[in-house]
Amino acid sequence: MTTVYPEKEYKEFLSQGKFKIQRSRATGRYFFYPRVAEPGTGCTDIEWVEPSGIGHVYSFTIVRKKPPEKDYNVVLVDLAEGPRMMSRVEGIENRELRIGLEVRVKVVSQDGKPVVVFTPVHTKAGEAMQ
Amino acid sequence: MKDSFPRGKTAIVSAATYGIGSAPNLSSVDLAASAAVKALSQVGLKPSDVDGLFVCLPDEFLSGLLLTEYLGLRPRFTDNNRTGGSSFQIHAITAALALMSGQCDVALICYGSNQRSATGKLVSAARRPFHEEDYKPITPISAYALAAQRYMHEFGAKKEHLGEVALAARKWAQLNPEAFARDDLSMQGYLDARMVSDPLSVRDCCLVTDGAAAVVMTRADKARDLAVRPVYLLGGASAAYHLDITSMPTLTTTAAAESGPRAFAQAGVSPPDIDVVEVYDAFTINTLLFLEDLGFCKKGEAGAFVQGGRIAPGGALPVNTNGGGLSCVHPGMYGLFTMVEAVHQLMGLCGERQVSDVNLALSHGNGGKLSSQATLIFGSELTL
Repeated sequence: MTTVYPEKEYKEFLSQGKFKIQRSRATGRYFFYPRVAEPGTGCTDIEWVEPSGIGHVYSFTIVRKKPPEKDYNVVLVDLAEGPRMMSRVEGIENRELRIGLEVRVKVVSQDGKPVVVFTPVHTKAGEAMQ
Repeated sequence: MKDSFPRGKTAIVSAATYGIGSAPNLSSVDLAASAAVKALSQVGLKPSDVDGLFVCLPDEFLSGLLLTEYLGLRPRFTDNNRTGGSSFQIHAITAALALMSGQCDVALICYGSNQRSATGKLVSAARRPFHEEDYKPITPISAYALAAQRYMHEFGAKKEHLGEVALAARKWAQLNPEAFARDDLSMQGYLDARMVSDPLSVRDCCLVTDGAAAVVMTRADKARDLAVRPVYLLGGASAAYHLDITSMPTLTTTAAAESGPRAFAQAGVSPPDIDVVEVYDAFTINTLLFLEDLGFCKKGEAGAFVQGGRIAPGGALPVNTNGGGLSCVHPGMYGLFTMVEAVHQLMGLCGERQVSDVNLALSHGNGGKLSSQATLIFGSELTL
């Protein structure tokens, strides 16, 4: 069994522009955040998998800042594969954020390091965004 | 194995607070020790009588050893459990078991924090998980905001429902001379308050104060010799699912749905029997979630339940009768103060805010980000 280095490997994938989550080979269950063992079962037969990248907003909050700093959103996204993660949604006004909004993953650069964010799958007009 | 919690076999003989509000020039351990000696002296005890110590200070990792040295104790049993604001309820559970197995005879549970005078903001562990830090949630407010937003979405709860919780807490605080925030708060004033992390505004958030609390616990036989009205511990249970909000299984049901029913079963009573409810209201959403999870109303119905002043002074169910973390005191971790208020209500020491005919009181602690939940049921002599 090869040793898993959760945070290190996760960030290495991100630096290659890839968002990967973990799965136990035996149970097939995906989980997030990265760990050395599957929660509950303790399975250590872990593989890194690139998920579909599609999810929906489970909840959100707008963090209010004093001008000139801008308010920003913090969301919890439920990935199609099951796990939940914290992130933010870009490409949408904070006031238009809704629970249930379908979103797609995007790796962006923030302060010189790669960060996972999400963008709406559909535009306001209902067209699929690429 | 069958749950054999020692119902009514241990009791709190004394409870005290110290330095609520602003207590400059005193450290957290100075404050905790002040509350401890006050609670002990109320029943003629000295620090040297204590042989079981339960403590969790915000700024000292080895609090149990610090208090031992500071107060000159020689504990046979020390517990420094840290499950955030629920630590103290779990201390009481452990203390009951330790007292009943002869590991100690006099248990002291204490806490103190000078966070208002020292820093002026909520003290919380600086640790930020690598999978959350890039998104800059305000810790812990944004976590509770995410829960509140989801709750409002699932159950159609309105901001005014959260407001009822804030208003009730303020009205109780106005009856408590020790409470920190006693000025009038109207629904309009609540709705106009500055938003911090939607949907939570400053009036949805607990205070940032100094303060300390302590309780003394013994076996029931000794308690009758020490106290006029011992407050018996009838049940105590805890449950935890996560630390950070990302890993909370569902944001609208807390582990109180597990700790509550177990504590009620141990005590042999049910929610309608409870005369006074003291829950950890770090944020207004907490009170709604806990009233549901502890069984005072159904899931999703707490908003309607608290309307019309139901949990305020004069309402059908007195909740957070000291003014709570929202309006009385919140020195980083508030859990022990719910115990002190429950005990004082049962002892009949609450002055203008005293609820009449209190025989059963519930104290509920919350730790982390709705993470750790612990419920205690206290009763008078009549409930044994």
